[in-house]
Amino acid sequence: MALSRISSRSNGITRPFSAAFNRFISTDSTPITIETSLPFTAHLCDPPSRSVESSSQELLDFFRTMALMRRMEIAADSLYKAKLIRGFCHLYDGQEAVAIGMEAAITKKDAIITAYRDHCIFLGRGGSLHEVFSELMGRQAGCSKGKGGSMHFYKKDSSFYGGHGIVGAQVPLGCGIAFAQKYNKEEAVTFALYGDGAANQGQLFEALNISALWDLPAILVCENNHYGMGTAEWRAAKSPSYYKRGDYVPGLKVDGMDAFAVKQACKFAKDHALEKGPIILEMDTYRYHGHSMSDPGSTYRTRDEISGVRQERDPIERIKKLVLSHDLATEKELKDMEKEIRKEVDDAIAKAKDCPMPEPSELFTNVYVKGFGTESFGPDRKEVKAALP
Amino acid sequence: MSAILQGAGAGAAAALTPFNSIDSNKFVAPSRSSLSVRSKSYIVAGSDDGTNKSFGSSSLIARRSQPLMIPNAVTATKADTAASSTSLKSGHELLLYEALQEGLEEEMDRDPHVCVMGEDVGHYGGSYKVTKGLADKFGDLRVLDTPICENAFTGMGIGAAMTGLRPIIEGMNMGFLLLAFNQISNNCGMLHYTSGGQFTIPVVIRGPGGVGRQLGAEHSQRLESYFQSIPGIQMVACSTPYNAKGLMKAAIRSENPVILFEHVLLYNLKESIPDEEYICNLEEAEMVRPGEHITILTYSRMRYHVMQAAKTLVNKGYDPEVIDIRSLKPFDLHTIGNSVKKTHRVLIVEECMRTGGIGASLTAAINENFHDYLDAPVMCLSSQDVPTPYAGTLEEWTVVQPAQIVTAVEQLCQ
Repeated sequence: MALSRISSRSNGITRPFSAAFNRFISTDSTPITIETSLPFTAHLCDPPSRSVESSSQELLDFFRTMALMRRMEIAADSLYKAKLIRGFCHLYDGQEAVAIGMEAAITKKDAIITAYRDHCIFLGRGGSLHEVFSELMGRQAGCSKGKGGSMHFYKKDSSFYGGHGIVGAQVPLGCGIAFAQKYNKEEAVTFALYGDGAANQGQLFEALNISALWDLPAILVCENNHYGMGTAEWRAAKSPSYYKRGDYVPGLKVDGMDAFAVKQACKFAKDHALEKGPIILEMDTYRYHGHSMSDPGSTYRTRDEISGVRQERDPIERIKKLVLSHDLATEKELKDMEKEIRKEVDDAIAKAKDCPMPEPSELFTNVYVKGFGTESFGPDRKEVKAALP
Repeated sequence: MSAILQGAGAGAAAALTPFNSIDSNKFVAPSRSSLSVRSKSYIVAGSDDGTNKSFGSSSLIARRSQPLMIPNAVTATKADTAASSTSLKSGHELLLYEALQEGLEEEMDRDPHVCVMGEDVGHYGGSYKVTKGLADKFGDLRVLDTPICENAFTGMGIGAAMTGLRPIIEGMNMGFLLLAFNQISNNCGMLHYTSGGQFTIPVVIRGPGGVGRQLGAEHSQRLESYFQSIPGIQMVACSTPYNAKGLMKAAIRSENPVILFEHVLLYNLKESIPDEEYICNLEEAEMVRPGEHITILTYSRMRYHVMQAAKTLVNKGYDPEVIDIRSLKPFDLHTIGNSVKKTHRVLIVEECMRTGGIGASLTAAINENFHDYLDAPVMCLSSQDVPTPYAGTLEEWTVVQPAQIVTAVEQLCQ
């Protein structure tokens, strides 16, 4: 569970500060109730309450992890410009609240599957910075051994199913995972994330139909950052209410820049999915970078818009204000935390840079699962066996 | 060899006129039975290097302008040793679709993770009765009737396989799976690789394909040619009840995604198969008839056309070695290679279209690996590069017929 990992990190926070100050950062679970910034808008269901149960530990953890995610994405930006990361690199900065809020509401048994903007969700699921940067730079220590790249991060032991490049194709996969969870009677749910661009894919509606028909514990989450690459939402979709698109499937519209609203919505969705079947969540969020590193992000939207969102709705700033207003840490402590995060990221990058590239023989591994029953060799195969395993 | 319900020897012994008497102006309408030999008109379906495929002309066969061999009717000295892979000691007789069903049922009994999903596989019993009775036995959660959305339910099967389930995805007709091409190519084939080995996709994608009885262009697709370059999948084609059951079982047990190609016209083949449990090797080819003069490689329905032609060829004094390649990806180059080294001539007979078909890849593979052993260029007979027409006569001309196989062998063995 995400929170248990964080407790070990909070000890890390106190260490460097112990010499610098006298105040004790509260790491206990003093309960705090936080009001979400906006009410939820519901479709065919009763919206959850705006008051979210949290704790001081969770608040600080949110800040730390989001700052880590932000720093990781900015670092990836520089690495891409330095040509250490090639190909496509889709950055998640601005949308961190969705990853962190979702993680706080669920367990590692619940599955998450997403599209190509997957670095932060991988981190939230328990991936390490070293794995992230190694994979981005195509090194052996990467989470997919360097063979996947930016769009193919997976973590099987935390039920993170990737990491998919083709828009929308992950949603039927996600419904399949939900089917398996129901088949195995696991009492877990699957969150299938997609964007506002992918919301217009036919296979989503096909998968939603089957999920509703078979009562699968699937939660479809539309991360609506209002732009499908260069095409604004209003130019691509006749109906911008993505949470209503399920028609007979209930939906909830959430302020995706507010981590606590996301947490509340995901908790609500999980309970709903386990009892009554699929539900759609629409996260109203925003990305500061362009669609990918090859997109400047300013040809289809104004810089004023981007900076406006950054000033008014930035998720990390919101948490920072909450931390300060609840007196959990001072400005200086938070700044030191950010400095430490920066160092952590730089160390991970340095370590990843030292990592070797994959061996040439790795080109042919993992194409098939080998060693199963029979093998096929080239023209010189000596023996053929058919064995019942 | 399996008894074919359609009356096997209909034209086998019919006297064949020497083929330079083709008169393109008078085509005798061939009989409707697909396995009979047309005695008068010949359409050559393809050549190994794409030289002029003039409709009904003799120029193709006379490519190397060598004298025609006038065959002597020689009685076969070797009994037709169809190397039947069936053990007839203790067995039971059934039809091919029943063999598939038996294999499926045995695997579902054995492993609770196996489930079937497809259109009308459950309550309806399957459009070709392969899943008949399974829904009653295993329930709705294991035999799933899906709505008509190939893209989504193939994706769902693959997603379920990522967690450890072993779904069998049925396309009601293979051609419908084109709608799921993205899921099959990008997700099914590649997830094991792009995840660095974390996820395996033990799905079986199966369904009937091939040219049937006037089903029209869209329902007569041969998808093996489209899927063959997807890395990470295995493709097998069954042709007899014995190998249908064996391949089905092996495919379900395999950790790799397997596409099992069945043929619409072969579902009613009857054969006796063993009572005891057995599986067939997914990567192995089947020796149907050992021989000395020429290697004929084929798969699925064309096996029967080849065997029909083989009867004629034996009467004419040839000794063809017939191999059912069964494994379309990867090719069993071991068996094929041994055969080529023995006979030095290869004829490939397939139902795929000429361009980019399985035969094209197989020709390349044989040329690359066994070039030194070949006495003649590899010849490949494939279907015409046309959408399959509805009219029966036209449909028959798109597919390779036994008479063309005979002529091709005669030409290669000169």
